[in-house]
Amino acid sequence: MTAVLSMANDPIANWGAQPAPRDPMVPGWATVRAIQPETPEVVTLTVELPADSRVAERWPQPGQFNMLYLPGVGEVAISVSSANRDATTVQHTVRAVGRVTLAMRALRVGDPLGIRGPFGRPWPLEQARGSDLVIIGGGIGLAPLRSAIEYIAQHRGEYGQVHILIGARTPADLLYSHEYDAWRSHGMGVISTVDRADAQWKGKVGVVPLLLRSVRADPSRTFLLTCGPEVMMRFVIYQALASGFPKERVYLSLERNMKCGIGLCGHCQLGPYLLCKDGPVLHFGQLEPFFFVEEL
Amino acid sequence: MSAPRQLVPGTTVAVPKQDLERLFAHLRAGGYVVVGPTIRDGAIVYDEITSMNDLPIGWKDRQSGGFYRLERRGDQRFFGFVVGPHSWKRYLYPPTRTLFSVRRMGGEFALEAPQEPPPRFAFIGVRSCELAAMGILDRVLAAGAADPDYQARRANVFIVAVNCTEPGGTCFCASMHTGPKCTSGFDLALTELDESFVVEIGSAAGAAVLAAVSWRQPDERELEAATDAVREAATKMGRTLDTSGLRELLYRNLEHPRWDEVAQRCLSCTNCTMVCPTCFCTDVRDTSDLTSTVSERIRVWDSCFNGEFSYLHGGQHRATIRARYRQWLTHKLASWVDQFGTFGCVGCGRCITWCPVGIDLTDEVAALRATS
Repeated sequence: MTAVLSMANDPIANWGAQPAPRDPMVPGWATVRAIQPETPEVVTLTVELPADSRVAERWPQPGQFNMLYLPGVGEVAISVSSANRDATTVQHTVRAVGRVTLAMRALRVGDPLGIRGPFGRPWPLEQARGSDLVIIGGGIGLAPLRSAIEYIAQHRGEYGQVHILIGARTPADLLYSHEYDAWRSHGMGVISTVDRADAQWKGKVGVVPLLLRSVRADPSRTFLLTCGPEVMMRFVIYQALASGFPKERVYLSLERNMKCGIGLCGHCQLGPYLLCKDGPVLHFGQLEPFFFVEEL
Repeated sequence: MSAPRQLVPGTTVAVPKQDLERLFAHLRAGGYVVVGPTIRDGAIVYDEITSMNDLPIGWKDRQSGGFYRLERRGDQRFFGFVVGPHSWKRYLYPPTRTLFSVRRMGGEFALEAPQEPPPRFAFIGVRSCELAAMGILDRVLAAGAADPDYQARRANVFIVAVNCTEPGGTCFCASMHTGPKCTSGFDLALTELDESFVVEIGSAAGAAVLAAVSWRQPDERELEAATDAVREAATKMGRTLDTSGLRELLYRNLEHPRWDEVAQRCLSCTNCTMVCPTCFCTDVRDTSDLTSTVSERIRVWDSCFNGEFSYLHGGQHRATIRARYRQWLTHKLASWVDQFGTFGCVGCGRCITWCPVGIDLTDEVAALRATS
């Protein structure tokens, strides 16, 4: 007679006795409270969170994302762009590129918006306490970094030098450009560059990874956070490693198709990682075997 | 024959074959929807059955790469076949499920989630590889952020397992250490002999059901025949897969030319993922009525072989079949281990049988191994 794992000893067998858990695919309803146009195709939505989201452990940490939903249209993963942890609102900066995000750009103040989250691993701002930071954002990739920038501004004394390097296609595509002076007033360096200048542009022209050369950062005491097109992040990695940054302190926020945000739908895989829960923020030491493989 | 002992988990008894009918009736009377193998459209599928005569008694399935045929056995075995295109996944994690509906009322949305509890299923004829597949789905869908619908279905299921004594042409459970003997996760496990079933009791629920239906002490000859049949089955696998260092083998060969070669044959049809008992990927679709008043979110099975699967603002991240096949195989045999602590493959062979061009993952792994 063989020993058998009895169903009675199996935790599964006791599920029936539990009250039905809340389905994590069911959203709550947020309300759009403000809409800030950023660039021709980007808006920042300030949304008031559902009442049951307003508990401390449910507030998003910088780098996390929410699933935003419009009935009959669809649901998308959008990073959190603000760090106002003591408020009942959260900001999401959305680029209108697909069916759902185009509909989100058409939202008006007072409209309801489905929301689930926050999900994913945040920027390493706990580990980075006491260190310097270099923050490199390209295009809409600055959106998840803004939550880190705001957090650092709110806790400025806990961090050393902070350099923010920003790239965009044209001056009109620079995100949050009206906030750069406020960031500078918190003692953070802000440098921006564009791929194509216009007649009024007096700043730098060129790709953002090259700005890393113009920053005097000590790689042994600096965390690098970056988000942007993957091709941009590849060059950030080359530049950072060449400058002596350890792989484990170069952090990337990655994007993939996501249907659930909780590791159940299988869409957001990159090698061993389910980016919705193992990411979206990972350091290059974790990503090295996979990040440069095309179409992985 | 010794006096009847009390039935407890771990006890092995014998049940006359015809008494399966009483078992089904008892389960139905207990509120279970009895689902088991039955013949439809030239294949053995899993569907609701009302009588043991719905079972494919006297049939066997001949399987190889891209090949499946039913044939008469020449005897009256109840479970003389292996697994077909269905898996139990379709009852635990349905191909289509409405997550909720939303009604627009003025400027507000009212959300309605389904309130009706899912059916209680009794699964008849679950093979060892399929028990392993359920164990894998438990790790994926019932740990951490869980799917409550899966949990509810899984918690209530009553499992009558069957030990395989005649593995099929595409079977390799012995390589994956998932069979052919059922070792855990069942309420009752049958080993079929000519005249009787030898039944191992796996749970208190199984003991209670059997006590109410039919059982007797097995004789020595029956016990010996059952043990021998299952032991010999392990040596009759149609396929083998060398799993030593498999995860590392795949991670080391993400740019191997074999991916281009298999991409020449693969149609990206998604059959392998649809028949797989562990593939869990889903999409969510949004529907709306003509007046935009009521919309629904519907979860459907998805496949990493679909182009839209990897859609990201304006393009497909995995545009080539090479990338999709590599994702599938590497997920099954490498990254699944990182994500869930086990392979995503149980050696059931369905993906080989139901591939329209007969792509065989055991061949693909062997080719990678031979040339890496």
